[in-house]
Amino acid sequence: MQFMLLIHGNERAMMEATPTDATGMTPDYAAFNMALVKAGAMVAGERLRPTADAASVRIRNGRTEVLDGPYADTKEQFGGFYIIEAPDFDAAMDWALQCPASRHGTIEVRPVVQS
Amino acid sequence: MSLEAARQTAERVARDSYGRLLAYLAARTRDVAGAEDALAEAFASALQSWPSDGVPDNPDAWLLTVARRRQTDAVRRRQTRRAGEAHIQLMREELDDAALEEDSIPDRRLALMFACAHPAIEPGMRAPLILQTILGLTATDIAAAFLIPPATMGQRLVRAKARLREAGAAFAIPDRQDLAGRLDAVLEAIYAAYAKGWTQIGELAADRLAGEAIWLGQLVVTLAPDEPEAKGMLALMLYAEARRPARRDAHGAFVPLDAQDTALWDRAAIRTAESLLHAANRAGPTGRYQIEAAIQSAHVAGRLSGRPHWDAVVALYEVLLELTHSPVVVLNRAAALAETLGADAALASLDSLAADPRMADYQPYWATRGHLAARAGQRQDALEAFNIAVGLSTDEAERRYLIARRSALQDG
Amino acid sequence: MQFMMLIHHDDDLLAAAPPSLWGDYAAFNQALAKAGGTSGLRLEHASKGRAVTQRNGTTELFDGPYMESKEQFAGYFMMDLPDIEQAVQWAARCPSAQYGTVEVRPIWPTRPQ
Repeated sequence: MQFMLLIHGNERAMMEATPTDATGMTPDYAAFNMALVKAGAMVAGERLRPTADAASVRIRNGRTEVLDGPYADTKEQFGGFYIIEAPDFDAAMDWALQCPASRHGTIEVRPVVQS
Repeated sequence: MSLEAARQTAERVARDSYGRLLAYLAARTRDVAGAEDALAEAFASALQSWPSDGVPDNPDAWLLTVARRRQTDAVRRRQTRRAGEAHIQLMREELDDAALEEDSIPDRRLALMFACAHPAIEPGMRAPLILQTILGLTATDIAAAFLIPPATMGQRLVRAKARLREAGAAFAIPDRQDLAGRLDAVLEAIYAAYAKGWTQIGELAADRLAGEAIWLGQLVVTLAPDEPEAKGMLALMLYAEARRPARRDAHGAFVPLDAQDTALWDRAAIRTAESLLHAANRAGPTGRYQIEAAIQSAHVAGRLSGRPHWDAVVALYEVLLELTHSPVVVLNRAAALAETLGADAALASLDSLAADPRMADYQPYWATRGHLAARAGQRQDALEAFNIAVGLSTDEAERRYLIARRSALQDG
Repeated sequence: MQFMMLIHHDDDLLAAAPPSLWGDYAAFNQALAKAGGTSGLRLEHASKGRAVTQRNGTTELFDGPYMESKEQFAGYFMMDLPDIEQAVQWAARCPSAQYGTVEVRPIWPTRPQ
């Protein structure tokens, strides 16, 4: 089964965490990535640029609106994600617990619809 | 006088003379952003003093005087030697200008448009810059019409104005030998604004944009009466605009040109377009906009007379292709070729575009491919092309139309 | 430039959507694939999600949805495009823009390990 781990956190704090190694990631993340890859659980993962660089589009009654920023202002911002392969929801939650962001933000875990 | 009445007068003046005042102010300092600030402050002062003091006899001159004073103050505040010289220069001009009467505020809008279409400004920003400086549209309105995030559009406008200053762009009408080339850039920007308003027909912001572009086209024709291409472009916009009421049926569904009810066409607009085109062809060499207008004229004549006109259209597209080498022209020529040589030949004429990466997300390419393949009996290709065209549509009416064509093909 | 296109659905609007929505989606997917975008990823409804946070040695687990909001994150697409303008164009073409909000976010490139 595939799961998406969504990283929600204070993006300002995440920005201030200076990447120190050659991958452009903090050592915490580098280690977590390595663990995912070693376990064959890593499917994909990306970090997003801050919400200030986002744009949102909605169409209502044939009118297209383009807005600056994310679709909602929230205390924690969506800042990155992993797609992982895990045998079940509990195993996916174990990965979420190991994700460095769980210690300063929230990891949301969502099952992917099997195509 | 009430605040409301003062606001209404200020708004009316703003609509009538915003661009004229701004062009005049910007030409003095070559600083568009500074001129905008000065003019905005002048409008703010008007809102304060007009309700109690009454609207002046000559609101334009009043606003200009206040704005000029602000501009001079701003230059003085910079306190450099160059600013000092500029300050003396502005003071001298101010004395000269003091004699100006209402009607004699020189119209420098064409010069401002040339500055906005300066080679230092990236082509995509020329139309937004003209819309903002000549018409006073806000960055938010322009962003909505161009489907760009408002903050992004705002930043780009600020950057473009800074570039104008850095490049030392002259706020002047170019010399005769440069005129045609530079005018092309102005016309291209205005036509780009019109095209936005034309393709995104369901959008309120975009509808308004089409009207604004025509207004700008009329302004250029008035200010540059000897330029045939300006007339050609205005004619082209008017031919398209004349058909706008016929492009949707009573249920809001898309109606293609050959099925439009010609009784809904705006005949007055068509007559104006015809006479503009006639004047353009008489007065000067044949350029891109005159040819495109001639193609529209042929379509209109063909529909109204019922006589075949496609050979003439194909011939005009050949000339246009020679001139522009544009893939859009290849596409439009293919639609015309289907009527003269047949769908197979038309499809073959698209071969040169198949490898062009810009076509991958160009909706008209896939819609045209779909129509041509359907006519040529290539059912599978037509279904695929229609499907991609549906996926690329942002206009709901056009999407429904394409879906209907696709369904007809599936059932047939 | 890599962009993530995030789909947020309004459950009420989506429930009232015509059946043609899924046909529109098939066309959108095909157009995006032709232009080099990846096929999208759909998630189970937000209410079927869970969340975890750890503070001062305490672990808290929640059952979804992570956020109480009118619109819920439902899936995403990845696209490689020259600028955000193109990304906004694709967002405007996305059928979900009529039943929620389509958000585009630039990806922060990290070097491969």
